[in-house]
Parts: sequence; structure tokens; C-alpha cells
Amino acid sequence: MSKLRAVVLGSGNIGTDLAIKLMRSPWLECRGLVGRSLTSAGLAKAQSLGIPVSANGIAFIENHPDSCDVVFDATSAASHHEHAPVLERMGKLVIDLTPAKIGPLCVPSVNLNDCLEAPNVNMVTCGGQASSPIAYALGQTHDDIEYIEVVSSIASRSAGPATRRNLDEYIHTTEAALKKFSGAQNAKAILNLNPAVPCINMQTTVFAKTPNPDIEAFTSALNKIVAEIQAYIPGYEIILQPRLDNGRIATMVRVIGRGDFLPAYAGNLDIINCAAIAVAEGYAQRRIVDADSPKLRVVQ
Amino acid sequence: MTIKPNILISDPSLRDGNHAVRHQLTASQIERYCRLADAAGVPIVEVGHGNGIGASSLQLGLAAANDHQILSAARSALKRSLLGIHIIPGFATVDKDLKPALDAGVDVFRVAAHCTEADLTERFINFARNNGKTAYGVLMMSHMASPAVLLEEARKMEAYGAETLIIMDSAGHYLPNDVRERIETLVGGLGIPVGFHAHNNLGCAIANSITAVDAGATVLDGCARGFGAGAGNAQLEVLIAVLQKLGYETGIDLYGVLDLADFAEKELMDVVPTISSTSIVSGLSGVFSGFLKPATRIAEEYGVDARDIFFELGRRGVVAGQEDLILEVAQELARDKQVA
Repeated sequence: MSKLRAVVLGSGNIGTDLAIKLMRSPWLECRGLVGRSLTSAGLAKAQSLGIPVSANGIAFIENHPDSCDVVFDATSAASHHEHAPVLERMGKLVIDLTPAKIGPLCVPSVNLNDCLEAPNVNMVTCGGQASSPIAYALGQTHDDIEYIEVVSSIASRSAGPATRRNLDEYIHTTEAALKKFSGAQNAKAILNLNPAVPCINMQTTVFAKTPNPDIEAFTSALNKIVAEIQAYIPGYEIILQPRLDNGRIATMVRVIGRGDFLPAYAGNLDIINCAAIAVAEGYAQRRIVDADSPKLRVVQ
Repeated sequence: MTIKPNILISDPSLRDGNHAVRHQLTASQIERYCRLADAAGVPIVEVGHGNGIGASSLQLGLAAANDHQILSAARSALKRSLLGIHIIPGFATVDKDLKPALDAGVDVFRVAAHCTEADLTERFINFARNNGKTAYGVLMMSHMASPAVLLEEARKMEAYGAETLIIMDSAGHYLPNDVRERIETLVGGLGIPVGFHAHNNLGCAIANSITAVDAGATVLDGCARGFGAGAGNAQLEVLIAVLQKLGYETGIDLYGVLDLADFAEKELMDVVPTISSTSIVSGLSGVFSGFLKPATRIAEEYGVDARDIFFELGRRGVVAGQEDLILEVAQELARDKQVA
């Protein structure tokens, strides 16, 4: 059975880590990592692993229209706005890892099946992937969340130039996801780039204000969804169980990565990349099942 | 007597001081203080949540007055003084926070980042400059970088269009020689004025500020009665008196600034900032003094020693905005205590 063919656009920290992870997928084949400079650390690493590379950017895909079925865009929000119409014209499935927010916001443990119809899916942000499942569990157990706030800290060294340029988009996109998944009236996202050495692990704290906090129900909903997340990202862990602190519900998670491109502290790469791969595998499974027995409806 | 350069004073009492009152300054307090500061001839008055505009949050503390109320109150009272704000990318965004601040009449946009993260400020500095406003680059927690790294980061801010570069001794960690080394490096390597923002954890805020001037800095931050996070900042009225004695010109009226400080003591603060034992620990450990209040509260809740929390936070190299780690450290310390 043929795998779904994928190309990764953008050879920064996120794109390179993603290309390495794709090599392990039983459903996906990494047909290339495309950057803009052959001397970049990302392309050099990919080459050393035998992944085809190109420095031609989006032109590589335009010049090789049959090279892939799905494109992961790990460039920047501004670049994705340029890439999206080109890829749409070419009929590619697009998984957008920038905070460009063109397609529906997707967090696999929450709404994977709702997103598989869309030709362009947005993976929110690293902080959004870490916090949205918690926001969702809060929303499932509280119908009157006034405010939700998410503070993520990541190691400075894990934030490349595009991530830094996209800080405002990161915040706006994460806030949109928090509201969507929790139903809260107001949301705030904060990102700290921490220069501490040795590098700190990715950590995310979620605060919620609600007049009738139900810690027990929330904890039980949370544990269920955390088990689902751990199926595709084992390094996702609750380090502060839900508790009332100063009249607000506080929950804290840590994400340890596999250490594919950057060391394990850079869980921010893993949390968004594993989510993106879960979406692509969702496409692949459905397409392959559909092709084998056209009458079979896919139930996931 | 030789003519000494003018020193530009910026007063962040209504911003840094907000840390000391859990961000509870009201629009009325801000308006009344601004009137007196304006009358005393303070060149720049900085207002806002302790961590700058857009930073009111559960993580850092919710402000009593929102940014719009704070800025309107200050704007209505400042006639001669310029209105300044502190902005940290990651908390604030251009669309959500800077555009409304521009509309509210802010003159000086002080765009701040941790001392090694200057590239986060580019958009914000550009925004202020493109709208014809003054932009400063501010490097926080500057003790965490070497003078050479500070200069490299400062040069980025200069390249983005910053018109003045400020380094902050956020944890009150410096002794005068530390300040001299850094300011001399910056003055020698930059084409824009250099300034210094002191904290008083080790009792050196005034001495450090004067050393900064001696090393070539021409901008100083000072707060009325030292009103600021933790042990407080360089005490504005002392700074003016000492600069006057040394023959520097600030344009601030001495009696006016003394009255301003009396007002601040009586009307703004719960207690006059002192160097508490915890502040000394904060200064020594190099941990941002804004952690003081939450750490003390959480230490009490968990029955652990706040000093242990600080040295552990210092060991982890925490930066402002990581207040959530206080809980984690307190939990660990409490657990260790139980096991022992």
C-alpha cells in the first residue's frame, strides 16, 4: 500500500524536526524538506539522514507538482499567506504550522475529525496545542467560563527567527483557539522566551475564572483527554494537577520532546509537529481505506 | 565648574510602583500624581501595569484600572511632561495594545525584552517610529548577560530604530563596578544615548545611577520615594538632589519633586519601600523582585521558606513572567520537607 507523500516547506527548527518525525510514520513518506539555503542547519541535518532537500522554496513544489499529496507549511504566517493560494490551485492538502489561521484551527485530541474535510488545516501554535485540550476539558465541565489565560514558556534556543517574528500572530491565534475550544468569553495568551541555560522544558499554565469551579469533574475530563494526547505525544504530562489558587483554576503541563532535531527540552516542536502528523495520518488512513473499498465509510 | 551634560529623567513610579501595590493604582491617583509631576518639570512620566501595557493578567496580577483608563488619566494631566509606556512583546501585541496606546496619545514607547531577546522588539519599535513617536529599547534583567552580549543586543535595537537604549538592573543585583563596565561598553559601542534603571535590593540604586552617569549614561529612571517593585527603584528626589550637587542639570524643580515624593508616600503606597530581608535574597540570587509578593504568599501557604524559593528560582535562571514556577518550586520544597 502506498503511503501519502509529504513535503515539508520551511527548514527551521519546526520544519526540520517534522521531517525527521515523518520518517517514522507508517502512513506518510517524507518526499523532501524545502528551505531557502542549502547551508542551513536544517537542510544539512535532513541531507545527512537521506531526506531529499531543496533550497528553492515554494518554487520546488510548483516545479514538481507530482512530488507530493500533502504539504506541511512550517515557514511563517506572512509566507503562508503567499503559499496558501498557490497550494490550493495545485490541489494539495495543506497542513499549516504557522499562525496564519487561514484554515480551521485543529487540535487533534479535540476536533481531528471535524478538520479532515478541509483542504487547509491550521495547527494553531505550540502553546495552543498544549493548552487547547485543557481549555476544552474546562469548557466541557463549565458552561460559564468568564476568562481563560494561558502562559507558555519555551527555551529561547528553540524559537527560530520566524517564531520570533510571529509573536503577535502566535498570541492572536492562540487566543482564538482558547475561546473556540473552551467557550470562554475572554482569553489571553502570553509567551515567554526563556534564555536560561541549561534550556528549560516547554511548560504551559492554564488559568480559568468561573463562578462555579468544579475541580473534580474537570480533573476527570482532563485525565481522559491527556491519555488521548499521550497517544501521539508521550512527553505531554500534567505537572500541577488542577487546583483552586486565589479563586482561579490553575493547571500546568510540561512537554518533553523526543529530541529529534533539538534536544528534548524543545517540546514546543514536538507538540505541534506530532499534532500535524496526526492530521496527515488521519487523511492518509481515510484515503487509503476509501481507495480499498469505496463503499466503506470511514469511522474513526 | 565644567559644564556637565543634561541628564534626562524618566519617572516610572506609576508603572514600576504598580508592582508594589499589586497593580491597584487607580485612575484618580494617576491623574493627581501626573499633575504634580508635570508641575515639577519631570520630562517623562511612565504609566501602566507593572509589566507594561497589555500585561494585566492572572499570571502577573489584574490591574485595578485598565490600560485605557490609565492612559486617559495621565494624558489629561500631562501638559509639559511626555507620556511614556513600557511594552513587553509576548504580553502585548501591536494590534491589541500599541494601536490603542497610540490613539490615547502616548509619546514615548519603551519597548522591553529580556536582555538576550532584543529581536522580539523590532516590530514594536518600528510601529512607534513609523507613527512619528519616540521609541526606546529596554534590556531587562541585564545582569544575566555579559557586557559584550548586552552590546550585541543593544545594537539590534539601535538598528530597529530605537532612539535611546536603557538597561535595567531588574533584580537589583549590580554593584557600581558592574554598572560602570556595562555602561562604558554600551556608550562606546552605540550611537544613541544610553540610560540606566536601578533597583535598590543591595542598597546601591543611587550609587549605581550616579556611576552610570559617570560612565556616560545620559538617561536615568527614578521613582518617587523609590516606589517600585521589591526594594524599590532609585529614589527620584534623592537622585535629583545628588545630581544637582554634582552639577548636572535635569530641569526638575527640587521643591516640586520633594512635594511629588511626599504625595506619593501619602497617596500612592501602602508602605514606603524598604530593603526587606527577602529583597536582599532577591538581589543576591539575581531573581526579579516582582516575584517577591507572590513568593511570600505562596511560601506561607506551603509552609516553606521564601528564601529557599528565591535561591532555587535563581538556580533555575528564571525570568520575569515565569511566576508560575513559584508554585512548582514551593510544592517541591514542601514535598522534600515532608520526606525529610
